[in-house]
Amino acid sequence: MPDTHETMRLDAESLSGARGGDTVFSGVSFALSRGQALVVTGPNGAGKTTLLRILAGLLQPAAGRVALSGGGTAWPDTASASHYLGHLDAMKTALSVEENLLFWQRFAGHARMSVPKALETVGLGEIGHLPFGYLSTGQRRRAALARLFVSHRPLWLLDEPTSGLDRASAGRLAGLMEGHLREGGMIVAATHLPLGLAGARELRMERE
Amino acid sequence: MLALYLRDVRLGIRAGSGALTGVLFFLAVVAVIPFGVGPDLNLLARIGPAILWIGALLASLLGLERLFQADREDGSLDLLVMADSRHMLALTVFVKCLAHWTANVLPLVAAAPLLGLFMNVPPLSLGAATLTLLAGTPAIAFIGAVGAALVVALPRGGLLVSVLVLPLTVPVLIFGVAASRAAVADPDPFLQPFLVLCALTLFFAVIGPVAAALALRNAD
Amino acid sequence: MSETANPTARLAALANPTRFLALADRLVPWLAAAAGLVLAAGLAMAFAAPEDYQQGITVRIMYIHVPFAWLSMFCYTLMAASALGTLVWRHPLADVSLKAAAPIGATFTALALVTGSIWGKPMWGTWWVWDARLTSVFVLFLMYLGIIALTRALDDQGRAARAAAILTLVGFINIPIIKFSVDWWNTLHQPASVFRLDGPTIHSSLLWPLLISALGFTFLFLTLHLMAMRAEIWRRRVSAMRRLAARAAEGRLAEGGAS
Repeated sequence: MPDTHETMRLDAESLSGARGGDTVFSGVSFALSRGQALVVTGPNGAGKTTLLRILAGLLQPAAGRVALSGGGTAWPDTASASHYLGHLDAMKTALSVEENLLFWQRFAGHARMSVPKALETVGLGEIGHLPFGYLSTGQRRRAALARLFVSHRPLWLLDEPTSGLDRASAGRLAGLMEGHLREGGMIVAATHLPLGLAGARELRMERE
Repeated sequence: MLALYLRDVRLGIRAGSGALTGVLFFLAVVAVIPFGVGPDLNLLARIGPAILWIGALLASLLGLERLFQADREDGSLDLLVMADSRHMLALTVFVKCLAHWTANVLPLVAAAPLLGLFMNVPPLSLGAATLTLLAGTPAIAFIGAVGAALVVALPRGGLLVSVLVLPLTVPVLIFGVAASRAAVADPDPFLQPFLVLCALTLFFAVIGPVAAALALRNAD
Repeated sequence: MSETANPTARLAALANPTRFLALADRLVPWLAAAAGLVLAAGLAMAFAAPEDYQQGITVRIMYIHVPFAWLSMFCYTLMAASALGTLVWRHPLADVSLKAAAPIGATFTALALVTGSIWGKPMWGTWWVWDARLTSVFVLFLMYLGIIALTRALDDQGRAARAAAILTLVGFINIPIIKFSVDWWNTLHQPASVFRLDGPTIHSSLLWPLLISALGFTFLFLTLHLMAMRAEIWRRRVSAMRRLAARAAEGRLAEGGAS
């Protein structure tokens, strides 16, 4: 689905994040426009996950603000405009991979690829009929990544997307992310391993 | 929304075998009561509808803890919360409650007439009890959703859910039992308590999901 | 303690509570004194009041039972108002108020039940009847305990605050329904033969001591509530400082490792 929102941009202004009453980071600002990616790096506990959850609208920032502009009625805020891939895969072990993805496609709307095609994209074409619980760690992560392709969202918020992936799969993911950027998408990815994403800016977070 | 309903029903029936456990628990609760009060069939016939109601109440609290916890543990809950502008969260909660009710409580209601027969409950009273269970147990699911949402972050919140929810279910129990009793006790009206019961279910169908959605958004 | 030395968000949020603490420190002795005086007067009047010709001396328990029952509802209303404060205005003091009020409210409710039961024994010949009033107060007591259990169970302060507020409000909406249903249930099961407090009218010789004593207990409640809020604020400051100390120690450790 082509995006007509040429001017869409994500702005974060002097964000502070707190967990359990403790400030984990403060004064984080950045701006992202279409086709751009931001890689958030830093040690464990620096607040990468907290930052992503604030961007996704799951946490309130302790200070500062996040705004998505130019999204029109389709994407009024970051929560509606983003795919959030956290540490967890958001898949039910009792359902098959296809059932899981089909559910998320129908729930999220804005269908983009068919489920078999999305599974093909992440290299799981053969095993869509298996229950998610039978999959290995790497396969689970790839199945979770397939969720990004079954429905369209301009902004991808990826928390350690390569965890559990082998080198080949991680390389394939980098290619897929570049494809999303070429189509005018935006990516914010938290990682402590290099993603191999050409042209991405880096936001380094340190422990306070 | 339909997709969510179907997924949750399918999960409830397929995976946790929660429905089966609930029915078994219901059966066990109802079965031990005659051992407690004695095998007097007249007495059992009189308190039968009340036993069915209390059994159903306890059994439907059983699976409530998992209502949102399962989604939280695999990360689905984040996505449900984020979809708020597309599917209002309160509506999502409402659909999840309905699915929970279909998979876990509806089998109990279906099993109730059979258990009533064991206690010599007369057919008319049995029909009334089943009807009130059908109308009243969704209210328990909706109130229960508030409790489940409040303790979603606690690893062992099951007992706490029951403690929080039980006092709030007193009205449902009162009118449910009153209506099923009234069907046989002649001077008492059946329709009046039954309509109040329906009103309670509708009332909690609004209050429960709204409060639960508020609690879920706060859970993180 | 110096607020400027630790400019973290949590301590900054307590800037307002600091003024509250100063106010509470000044108010508590006065309120306590007022409570003592009014209570003494109320109880003295209660014992001077004429005995009920039917109930004899046992009517005197009314002068403590009824205020406890009133305050159990007053406290819940206060908590519901605090809950609104937490959810709508996110005021930190509202949460402190709710959390501090819950155990006091539970105690007063328990006392209302106990004194009611003691009163009931000579009147009804039994410690407990499933009277509509008693039953609804009993359900209220269970709700208090549920709120306390919830605030204890969640360790994250902000989360516990909002969870307790939601539960309190849901309970508050439910109180009239519970009251209505219990009344309905009671008339269905028992003929209204039991003794009713709101009988015809209370004679003024009984009413005045009751009102004075209720006022005294209200002062007592406010004193206890302010003291509990004060204690809760201090407790939070201690835990905030402990957390800071833990972080500082960790920071020193990290620096030591790096060098």
